[in-house]
Amino acid sequence: MAHAHSVKRYRGLMDWITTVDHKKIAVLYLIAGGFFFGIGGIEAILIRIQLMKPMNTFVSAQVFNELITMHGTTMIFLGVMPIIFAIMNAVVPLQIGARDVAFPFVNALGFWTFLFGGLLLNLSWVMGGAPDAGWTAYTPLSSAAYSESHGVDFYTIGLQIAGLGTLIGGINFLATIITMRAPGMSYMRMPMFTWTTFITSAIILFAFPAITVGLVLLTFDRILGANFFDVANGGNPVLWQHIFWIFGHPEVYILILPAFGIISEVIPTFSRKRLFGYSSMVFATILIAFLGFMVWAHHMFTTGLGNVANALFSISTMLIAVPTGIKIFNWLFTMWGGQIRFTAANLFAVGFVPTFVMGGVTGVMLASAPADFQFHDTYFVVAHFHYVIVGGLVLGLFAGLHYWWPKMFGRILSETLGKWTFWTFMIGFQLTFFVQHFLGLMGMQRRIVTYLPNQDFDLLNLVSSIGAFLMGVGVIIFLINIVITTRKPVDAPNDPWEDGRTLEWTIPSPPPEYNFKQTPLVRGIDAYWKEKMAGNKEMTPAEPVGSIHMPSATPLPFVMSVGIFIAGLGLMFSKDKFELEFMNIIFNNYIVVIIGLLITFGAMALRSLYDDHGWHIEPEDQDEKGART
Amino acid sequence: MMKQWQVAKRILPLLAVFSLLLSACGREDLSAMKPQGPVAQDQLDLMKLSIAIMIVVLIIVFAIAAYVLIRFRRRAGQTEMPEQVEGNFKLEVIWTAIPLLLVIILAVPTVQTIFAHGEDLTNDKNAVKVQVTSHQYWWEFTYPQYDITTAQDLIIPTGKKIAFELKTADVLHSFWVPSLAGKMDTNPDGTLNKFSFSAPNEGVYRGKCAELCGRSHAFMEFKVKAVSQESFDRWVNAMKAPAVLPEDTQLAEKFKTNCLSCHAVGDQGGPAAPNLTGIGGKEAVAGILLNQREGQEEGKPVLDNMKEWLHDPQSVKEGNTMPSPKSLGLTDEEIDGIAEYLANYKLDYE
Repeated sequence: MAHAHSVKRYRGLMDWITTVDHKKIAVLYLIAGGFFFGIGGIEAILIRIQLMKPMNTFVSAQVFNELITMHGTTMIFLGVMPIIFAIMNAVVPLQIGARDVAFPFVNALGFWTFLFGGLLLNLSWVMGGAPDAGWTAYTPLSSAAYSESHGVDFYTIGLQIAGLGTLIGGINFLATIITMRAPGMSYMRMPMFTWTTFITSAIILFAFPAITVGLVLLTFDRILGANFFDVANGGNPVLWQHIFWIFGHPEVYILILPAFGIISEVIPTFSRKRLFGYSSMVFATILIAFLGFMVWAHHMFTTGLGNVANALFSISTMLIAVPTGIKIFNWLFTMWGGQIRFTAANLFAVGFVPTFVMGGVTGVMLASAPADFQFHDTYFVVAHFHYVIVGGLVLGLFAGLHYWWPKMFGRILSETLGKWTFWTFMIGFQLTFFVQHFLGLMGMQRRIVTYLPNQDFDLLNLVSSIGAFLMGVGVIIFLINIVITTRKPVDAPNDPWEDGRTLEWTIPSPPPEYNFKQTPLVRGIDAYWKEKMAGNKEMTPAEPVGSIHMPSATPLPFVMSVGIFIAGLGLMFSKDKFELEFMNIIFNNYIVVIIGLLITFGAMALRSLYDDHGWHIEPEDQDEKGART
Repeated sequence: MMKQWQVAKRILPLLAVFSLLLSACGREDLSAMKPQGPVAQDQLDLMKLSIAIMIVVLIIVFAIAAYVLIRFRRRAGQTEMPEQVEGNFKLEVIWTAIPLLLVIILAVPTVQTIFAHGEDLTNDKNAVKVQVTSHQYWWEFTYPQYDITTAQDLIIPTGKKIAFELKTADVLHSFWVPSLAGKMDTNPDGTLNKFSFSAPNEGVYRGKCAELCGRSHAFMEFKVKAVSQESFDRWVNAMKAPAVLPEDTQLAEKFKTNCLSCHAVGDQGGPAAPNLTGIGGKEAVAGILLNQREGQEEGKPVLDNMKEWLHDPQSVKEGNTMPSPKSLGLTDEEIDGIAEYLANYKLDYE
C-alpha cells in the first residue's frame, strides 16, 4: 500500500527551517509576529513619549516621521497579520478535521517570504533611514524627489515581499477550506472562525493584487524613473490614493473579520451555548466583505472627488453598520440565558464587544462626509481606527491566544496573569485612545511631531501617554505569562475548557503530527458538542485506521525567500554609488538582483524537477500523544 | 416600569456630562466644537446628530451587555445545560431594521449638507476669491480680484463668502481652519479643489496643515484674520502701495540682494518665497513663532521672533528651503538690522 520512502528527519533549528507542518508554521508565525509586534509597540511608546508635552524635543521631526510610518506599517503588515495567520494555521485545519493545509510547501513559503520581507523593511533602521512618508505613503511625498533616503524603497520592496507571503497564505486557506473539510461538514456547519478565515482569505485574494500593483508602480517611479504619479510628466498622485485604499480599506476587514471569528468561538464556549443566529452571522460576514470593497473613497473625502462621489461613498460606508450591528447583537444574545465563565480568554472576548462598538459608532460618524471634513487626518481618526484595530483586533487576538494556547502548546496559560493582562491592557487602552477623540475635535491634526502649548492639548496628551505605558505593562505581563507557562509540564487535556464545541477539542493537546488518526464524521453544527450531548466521548470516525500520508520537510521555501530578499536589496541599491568599485560593479549592473533571482528560480526548478512523494506514518507508529513537546 | 426609570436616571447624568464635555472643549479660535462660521456650524450640527444617534446605540448595547454579564454568570453548582437557542428570526429582523433606520436618519442630512457645501462659488461676483497655494512649509494666498499676494496670514472681510481654489506647489497638504470649516486637500494642477466659507465675526482663527507633508508638517500653521469690510479695503490698498525699504541704504542694498531674490515686498522682489509686505504686523513669524498681541497671553515680541527665525531658520522649521542668512554672508549686526526693519514693517489697516 505505502511507498517505501526513507524519511529525512531534521532536528533543532533545521527542523524549524524545513518544516511544512501547519502547527509548527503557526508557531513560527506567532514568534515572528510577536517580535514585530514588539518593535511596533516600542515605536508606539517612543511616539507617546514625544507627544507627552508640548514642544518636546525627545526625537527630531525626521525620526518622528519614521517612527509613525514604521509603527503603522509594522503593526498592520508585520505585527497583527502574522499573529492572525498563526491562529488560522494552528486552528483552521483542526476545526475542519483536516490533516494539514492544502499546500503545506506553499504554506511554509508564505511564512518565509513574510519574514524576509519584514526583516528587509526593518533593516531600514540601520541602513540609512526608515520610510518617512506615513504608512499610506502618499505620493508625491513618497516619491524620490521628496523622500530622498532609501526609506520608501525599503517600504515598497519589503512590503512587496511580505505581501507575497500573505497572498500565498490566503490562497492556501481558500483551497484548504474548500477541499479538505471532513465528511459531513457542509459550509453551513463550518465553525465561525473557519468561516471568517475563508472570507478573509477571499478578501486577501482580491485586495492584495491592488497593493502589489501600487507598490510596483511606486518602485518603478522611484528606482527606474517612471512617472505614474508625477503630474509634471502626465502622472497623477491621486491615483496612488485610489490604488492604496482599494487595497487599504478591505485590509481593515482582513484584520477584523478573524477577530469576529475568534469572538464567535470564545463567547459560545464560555457561555455554554451555541452561537445565536449562526446563519445571519455567516451572511453578515459575507456582506461586510462585499461592502468593504465598495467604500475605499471614504478615506478620500477631502481629496476632492466631488459631491456625488462623496454622497455615494458616505451612504455605502454607513451601510456597513448594519451587518456589524447584527453581529454585535448576536453575540450579546449568545450570552443571554447562558452560563458565562469569566476566564481570561472570555474576559478579552466580552471586553471586545463594547470596545469594538465604540470603534464602530465613530466609524459611522466618520462616514458622514461633511463631518469628516473636520475629523479627517486628526486624532479623532487616530482614536477611531485604534478602537477598531487595538480594541477590536488585538483584544480578539488576546482572546484567541488564551483560548487556543493549550491546543497549540499543551499548556494552559496562567489565568491569574491572564486577568492581570486584561485589566492593565484594557484600562491602558481606554486611557490612551478615548481622550484622543476630543484632541481631534479640538483641532489636533495627526502625524505632528509636536504642538504649541496653550491649545488645550497638553493634559489630554499626557493622559494618552500614561495609558500607552499601561498597555505596555499589559503586554509585558502576557510575555511573563508565556515564559512561566512554557516551563510547566505539558498536561493540558484534549478539551481543557470542558465546554469545547468544535473538532479541535476532540484530539490531544498539542495534536499529533497527523492531527486526526481517523477523519471524523460531522453530524451537525458544533460537531463535538453534538456528540457530547448524544453521550459519546469522541467523534465517530469516517474512515478505518490506515497509513497516513505526510509531506516531506524541505529547506526550499526558506532558500527561495532568501533569494527574493537578496534580489530586493540588490534592486534597491542598483543606482547607488559605493566607495568600493567591486560593490559598484555588482550592484549597478544588477548582478546582485540576478544572483538573488537565480537562487529563487533555482530552488523552484529543484522543487519542480525532483519528484518528492512524501512519506507515510503507519498505524503502528500512530500514538495518541502529541508529537511536539 | 420602575426599573426602566432607574436605568434612565443613571444614563441622564452621563448624557449631560458628555454634552458639557463636548461644548467645553478647546479654544474658540481652534476647536471644531466651537464653530465661528456657518460652514463649521453645519458640520458641528451633523456631528451632534451622529453623536446623539451613536450614544443611543452605545447605551442600548452597554445596557444589554451589563445585564447579560451580571444576570447570566455561571453560578457554583450549576450543572444543567442551558437551552441551545438557534436564533430568533423576529429579533434578528429587528436589529437589522433599526440600524438601517438610524443610518437613513443620518444619511439624509449628510447628503443635503454635501450638496449645500459643495457649491462652486468661484464665479460668484459677491464672493472674495482666494487662490491658496501650499508649499513645504508655508501658505501663499493670492487675491485675483485685487491682484495681491500674501502669505501665512489670510485676511478676509467678515460676512463675505470666501471662494477658495486650492493647489500645491510640491507635495500634498491640507488646508484646515477647524473653527471656520473642515479641511480640503491641496492637489497639484489638474485636480484643483474648490470650497468656501465665511466668518461673520472679526477675529483671528488658527489654521493648520492636516496632511503629512514632510519634516515640518507640524509647523505649517497659518492664521485667518477676519476684519471689517472697511479694514479689508484699506488692507488691500496698503498691500498695493509701493514697497518700503530699510532707511539705511547699505542695509537696503543687502536686503535687496539677499532677500528680494526670493521674497517680495510691495512691488519689488520675487514670488518664490513668502511675500513680506507688512510682515511685522502678522500674527506669527514663520507661521509658528506667535507674536505678542493684545488680549493674548502667549507670544513673544515680534522682534525677538524675527531674530530667532533669521539667526537659524532650520532650528525653527526643520527642512525648510530658506538659506540661512549667515550662510549668505550676512553678519550678526546685519541680520539684527533686517530683523528690526521687518519687525517694524507694519501695514496700518485695522
